[in-house]
Order: sequence, then structure tokens, then C-alpha cells
Amino acid sequence: MVTISRIVKYGLQAIWRNGLLSASTVSIMILAALVFEGLIIFNVIGKSATQSIQEKIDISVYFKSNTPEDSILSIKRSLEGLNEVKEVEYISREQALEDFKARHSDDDAIKQALDELTSNPLLASLNVKAKDPHEYKTIANYLENQNLKEKVEKITYAQNQVVIERLISLVDTVKGTGILLTIFFAFLAVMVTFNTIRLAIFSNSEQLGIMRIVGASNKFIQGPYVIEGIFYGFVSAVISFVILVPLIGFLSPYLHTFIPELDLRVYFRESYISLFLYQLLFCVGVGIISSSIAIRRYLKT
Amino acid sequence: MIIFQNVTKEYNHGTVALDKVSFKVHPGEFVSIVGRSGAGKSTVVKLLIGEEKPEKGQVFFSSYEVNKLKPSELPEYRRRIGVIFQDFRLLSKKTVFENVSFALEVAGRPQREINEFVPQVIEMVGLVGKERNFPAELSGGERQRVAIARAMINRPDLIIADEPTGNLDPLNTWEVIKILLKINEMGSTVLLATHDKEIVNTLGQRVITLDNGQVVRDEEHGRFLIG
Repeated sequence: MVTISRIVKYGLQAIWRNGLLSASTVSIMILAALVFEGLIIFNVIGKSATQSIQEKIDISVYFKSNTPEDSILSIKRSLEGLNEVKEVEYISREQALEDFKARHSDDDAIKQALDELTSNPLLASLNVKAKDPHEYKTIANYLENQNLKEKVEKITYAQNQVVIERLISLVDTVKGTGILLTIFFAFLAVMVTFNTIRLAIFSNSEQLGIMRIVGASNKFIQGPYVIEGIFYGFVSAVISFVILVPLIGFLSPYLHTFIPELDLRVYFRESYISLFLYQLLFCVGVGIISSSIAIRRYLKT
Repeated sequence: MIIFQNVTKEYNHGTVALDKVSFKVHPGEFVSIVGRSGAGKSTVVKLLIGEEKPEKGQVFFSSYEVNKLKPSELPEYRRRIGVIFQDFRLLSKKTVFENVSFALEVAGRPQREINEFVPQVIEMVGLVGKERNFPAELSGGERQRVAIARAMINRPDLIIADEPTGNLDPLNTWEVIKILLKINEMGSTVLLATHDKEIVNTLGQRVITLDNGQVVRDEEHGRFLIG
């Protein structure tokens, strides 16, 4: 107990007395923490963006006007039985007309044209959404093989194939790049912090030798540096979080215009505790690991 | 108490620092180890504090076979000896009081004992009023006295002084020697490595002379006899 309290005392004393060195270490760690936070948020944005794109992709199967509802519903059931299919929505001819009217309620010319029609020109359709965007091709193939030529007017996949495939490859690229960037920047942040702490310890290496000569055991030499690591980690986590809050408030409206599904402020409000804990874990973890590794080479004899 | 038995120490590039050195030091002695620069004085000190290991031979201190101590055993061993260096080796970010108390703290001694002993030792080396100063705020002589206070705070059986006066003016040199003699009178063995002729000749104590890594003379009331 006495030992621990002395180690803590030495650690805190060293932070205070090496004020400038402590401040520069903390500022580097704040930058690293901001990068780390940036990565978490980047991943959230990336996920919403790709989800938003995926939501927009679907296949519509339009049925000839003489196809009875029963057979459409039986095709719907058979589609729902496929593993690849997430959901199938049936839009009857009446529903399609309602939707069309609602969409164009502001357009008088269209309204007038519709009023003049005696029959409903729109077709019933099935909107198929896949679990994975890569599966649309399989679903389209399935539909083509069902020998539905007499019933089906058109399947939109053929028309939109190029766009869908491009969107899919875009989604894949965003996901892949996100992972790579995360690994790269996380590595960068850890390396910069590690080297900063290593330099700080290196500048004290002579002092470590003196401690050894006086009979200090490894825990007395290493302990204060671990305390410093914890302290640096804690302080930089808190400060970088304080920087992050207004930054999110500022960025959120801009991102919202790009990705309507994403409200960063709401996300932050819902998950700030776990965000802060991740960050604390990251900073304190990097602090402790860096100082423990960096000090080891001075602990041999 | 100290036994060097046929000790040979070579450094990486084949330089022989000590060549089959043997000598004994008895409890309570004040022994000077003299020799030119590079004669092997500092190697004797390093072997004794476990900073280096000999290629051949054995080094004993008290019940310890120093050359066989594991790294984990060294801290406890080092608390039983006090070492003083030419360059003081004080902890620059700690005050005088903290530098001295550090040796007790790492030994796990209770705070009550620290509060009692440290002021006594600081008074003995004449540094009352400087307790809260940092090493950078002290003169060379004062720094060496802090180092001496730190070396003796654990009441060690042995004090090793490696060129302790090398960086000091004559006045401070004699102050330091006087303190070392006082420590010796109190019962600690003192091993003084030096190349200061005047000190050795004035002391009139036992002198072990090293030359080229070998013991060339060992006299009970020796003199400094190197050109």
C-alpha cells in the first residue's frame, strides 16, 4: 500500500515538475485521440451513407394489366421464399395511381391529364429488396427463369443494372477504404503517441540509472511512468472530447444535407457515453502500453 | 567483508580492465583504491555494485556472491551499500529532501522513519535550510553532500566513493573527505577510489594500487606512488 501510494506520488510529481514535457505529450495524445474519434465518426458516416444507398436500390417487377392479383401474390410468396430476398412489397394498380397522384399533387397539368383518363394506366408491381446488394443479379435471374413472360411487362433490373452495379461497387469501396483508413490512422496515432512517450522516457534515462543504483526495484522505476501514462491518457481523452462536442454541432447540418438519414447530433446524444469510454480506453491503453514498453529497455540491470 | 578472488573483467573489444585481481577488505576499514585513469578503479566499483559482471573470478560482499546475483535481487542488495560518484548522480527533479528520502522510500521504510532520519542526515552533512532546493540550485560541494547523505541514509555496512572529489574545489574536497572519515568512525566500511595524491597521502590509511588492471601494491598505511 505504501509502495503504491509512493509510486502514485512520484508519477504525479514528475508530471507536474516536467510541466513542458507533460504538456507536449498530452497535446500529441489529444491529436491522436481526435484521429481516433474521427475514425469512429467516419465509420458511422460511412455506414449511414452506404445504408442510405442500399435502401435506394431495389428491383421492380411490373405486371401486365391483365395479370390477376392472385398470380402476382403467388409470385410474391415465391420471391419471399428466396434466401436472398429481404422484403417484397406489392403495389396494386390502384395503389400505384394513388402514389402517383400524391407525388404530383402540386402539378396541375398532370392532375388535369389524370382526370381526363377513363382507365388506370399504371401497372401493378412488386418491389423486391435484397438482403445484400450483390444478390440483385441472382434475384433478377430467378425472375427471368420463372417463365413469366406472359405476366410480366418489365423488370427494372435490366434497365438499372449498370447503375446498381456501380452503386454496389461504390458501397464496397467505401467499406474497404474505411477499414484501411481506420487501420492506418489508428496505427499512426499509436505510433506517434508511443514515440512521444518513448522520447520523454529517453530524456530521463540517466535518472532511471540513478534510481537503480540507489536500490529502486523495477516497480519503483516503472510504476511512476505507468501513472504518467494513465494521467496523460485520461487528460487527453477529456480534452479531446471537449473539442469534439462543438465540432460535431458544427459539422452535423452539413452532413445532414448529404445523407438525410444521418443526424450526427442525435447519434452523439445517444452514444456519447460509449464514445467517451472508447476514447478513454484508447488513450489510457495507449498511454500505459507505450510507457510500459518504452521503459522496459531501461529495466534490465 | 569484501573479497575479490581472481577477478578478470574484459570489455567488448578485448580491453582487459581487471586482470586476476584479488584483495580482501575487512569490516570497518577505510581503503583507498588508487591508480591512473583507466587502471581499473571504476571497474572495481561497478563489479561491486553489480553493474557489471566479471568474466572470471568471484566478488563477495558480506554473504552475497555479487557476480551471481540475479537482476531481481540487485535492488535489495544495493540498499545495503551506499555509492557516491564524481558526477553526484542526483535525481534532478527531486529536492534535496526527496533525493535523500528516495533511498528509504524504495526500501519500503515507513514515513515516520523517513521524517525522523532524513533531517538528521541532512544536518550531519551540513545542508540544513537547503531541504527544498533542487540539485540545480546547489553548488558542486553541496550536491556531493546530498549524494553522501543519500548513500548513508540506509545505514549501509559499506560506502563506495568513486572519485567523489573529482569535481570539487580543495575546500569542498576536504569537507567530503572529513564526512567520509566520520562515516567510517561510525562503523561503516569505506572504499574510496581516487587518483588524488594529496588525499591518499594525508589519510595514511590502507591503499590498494591498481595499474593496467592489476593490483601492484597493497599497503596497510600506504602512499600514492604513481608517477
